[in-house]
Amino acid sequence: MKNCEYQQIDPRALSVSPLSVQSHTEKKEQRPRRKWEVFPGKNRFFCDGRIILARQSGVLPLTLGLIVVTCGLFFAFDCPFLVEHLTIFIPVIGGVLFVFVVTSLLRTSFTDPGILPRATPDEAADIERQIDTSGSSTYRPPPRTKEILINQQVVKLKYCFTCKMFRPPRTSHCSLCDNCVERFDHHCPWVGNCVGKRNYRFFYSFIISLSFLTSFIFGCVITHITLRSQAGKSLVQAIQESPASIVELVICFFSIWSILGLSGFHTYLVASNLTTNEDIKGSWSSKRGAEESGNPYSYNSIITNCCVTLCGPMPPSLIDRRGFVPPDEAIPAASVSEIELPPFTTKNDANMCTQSTKDVLERMIRSSSDFNGLCPPGTPKTTPLVLDVSSAAAPTAEPSSPPAGCSRQHPHRHAPCPPFSRSNKSDSLHSINPAFRLASPSPSLSRTTLILGDAPDIGFNQLH
Amino acid sequence: MAETHSLQDLQQPAVSSKVFIQRDYSSGTICRFQTKFPSELESRLDKQQFEETIQTLNNLYAEAEKLGGKSYLEGCLACLTAYTIFLCMETHYEKVLKKIARYIKDQNEKIYAPRGLLLTDPIERGLRVVEVTIFEDRSIGSGR
Repeated sequence: MKNCEYQQIDPRALSVSPLSVQSHTEKKEQRPRRKWEVFPGKNRFFCDGRIILARQSGVLPLTLGLIVVTCGLFFAFDCPFLVEHLTIFIPVIGGVLFVFVVTSLLRTSFTDPGILPRATPDEAADIERQIDTSGSSTYRPPPRTKEILINQQVVKLKYCFTCKMFRPPRTSHCSLCDNCVERFDHHCPWVGNCVGKRNYRFFYSFIISLSFLTSFIFGCVITHITLRSQAGKSLVQAIQESPASIVELVICFFSIWSILGLSGFHTYLVASNLTTNEDIKGSWSSKRGAEESGNPYSYNSIITNCCVTLCGPMPPSLIDRRGFVPPDEAIPAASVSEIELPPFTTKNDANMCTQSTKDVLERMIRSSSDFNGLCPPGTPKTTPLVLDVSSAAAPTAEPSSPPAGCSRQHPHRHAPCPPFSRSNKSDSLHSINPAFRLASPSPSLSRTTLILGDAPDIGFNQLH
Repeated sequence: MAETHSLQDLQQPAVSSKVFIQRDYSSGTICRFQTKFPSELESRLDKQQFEETIQTLNNLYAEAEKLGGKSYLEGCLACLTAYTIFLCMETHYEKVLKKIARYIKDQNEKIYAPRGLLLTDPIERGLRVVEVTIFEDRSIGSGR
C-alpha cells in the first residue's frame, strides 16, 4: 500500500508540473540577475552596474552645477576680452583644467571606493565559532576586537556587525552607504560617494585640479577687470560692462579658501600615508613620542608615500557588480535568518498523507512562483523531500510557513520545485547545506542536518 | 525503488565543511594569506602542498601589488590621460588576477579535486579568505 502511495505521488507530482513547468519556464525566462541588483549596501547603480553612487547623492549636482556655471561664464564673458588683449592660451588652459576637473569628479563619484563585500554565511559562521571557542560565553555578542601585529605595532581590528567580519586594517564602515570601505578616508557629500582606496587618487586629482582651476579663473577675472578699468574707465564702469565677472569672482573667492585648504590637508595626508579618518581619530599621533608618527603603514619617505597612494597599482573592485548571481548562491539578506524548518521536520517523519502532500506541493509551487528569482528553477535534491515532509506535517501552519520555508530554503535550494522530477543536472556541491551551517548554536539544526542527510532513506522507507 | 537508488547515486558528494584561511596582516595591508595549515585538512592533504599553494598565491598577489617602475608608469600615464586609459586598458593587477584564477583552477584539477577538496578563488570572497570546501568522501569504505 505504501508502495502504491509512493508511486502514486510520483506521477501526480509530475502531473502537477504543468504548473511547475509554467513556473519553471517563467523562472527560466526571468533573466539571471546581476549582483548589483542584490547588493545589500545603500548604493545606487546605473548603466547596468557600471556606475555606482551613494544612496544620497549629496550635493554632487550642486558641485557640478557650480563648476559648469562658473566655467561657462568664464568662457562666455571673460575669455573673449582676454583672448583679444592677452593670449589665446587662456581659454585653452581653462578648457584643459575644466576637463580634468569634471572627469576627476565624475570618476570619484562613480567609482567603487573599495567596498568590501559582506561575509558569506559560511564565513560568518566560521568566525562566530572561532570567537565563541575563544571565550565569550554569552551568546549576545560583545564588542569584538582582534589584535594583530603590523610591522611590529599592535593594531586592533574591529568586528563589523553589519558585514559580519573582522574589518581589515584601515577599513571603516560608512553608515551612509552601509558598506565597509577599504582604506576609508571620508564620505564626501560634495562628491556624493565615499572616498576610499580605489578612488582616493581621483579625489585628490579632483581637488588639486579644482584648486588650479579656481585660482586660474580668479586670476583671469581680476586681470580682466583690471585691464578694463585701466583703459580709462573707472572700476565701477568696468564691472558694469562685465557683470558675470563679479559672479565668478565671488564664487571663486569663497571656493579658493576651502579648496586650497583641503588640497593642502590632503597633500599632507598623502605624504604621510594617512587617511582623514585616522588623522581625525588621532590613531597614530605620537602619544608614545618615540616613533615619529607611529603609523605602521608609512614608508617613512614622502616620495614613496606619494607614489604609493597616487600612482600605485589600481586594485580591482571586489564587489563584482556586473557578475551574475549564481542560481544557488544565498542572497545575503534573505539567508541571514535562521531556518524555521527544524520544528516541522521533527514532528513529521511518520505522517505522510498523500492528499495533503499533493495539495501542499501545489501550494508551495504556487507560492514559490511568487518569489521572483528567490527560488530559481533547479534540480531537486534531498531537501525537497524534507520540505514535503514538513509541509505535509503542518498544513495548518502553512499560510506563513511555505513562503517562509521557501525563502529560507532558498539558500540551499529550489526546494518547492517538484521534488521528484529527476532532472539529473549535476548540483553544485556547495549549494547543499550552506545555510544549515549558519546558525550552528541552534541544536535543532543538527537534527535537521541529520534528517536531511537521511531523508531519502526515511522517506522511502516509510513509503515502502 | 530502482528510481530512488539511482537518484541517490546521482547525487554529488555533499559538502562536509568549509575551512577559511584568513588574511595575514603582519606586513601591512598587502594581500597575504596565512600559511598555517588548518587541522581539518590534515587527513586529506600534505602540509607542504598546502603551504606551497598558499605561498604561490601570496607571491602572485605581491606581484600584483608590487610598487615599482612599471606600476608607477602605469599610474602616471593614467593620471595624465585623466584616467580614461583605464577604460580601454587592462590594469596590471587585473592581468595578475587572471593568472591567479588560472593557477587556482590548475591546482584544483591536479591536487585538490582528487582529494575531495575545492579551492575558491579569494577574489570571489572579496580577497578576505581562501575558502577550502571539503567534500564528504562517498567512496566505498569511507563512512557517511
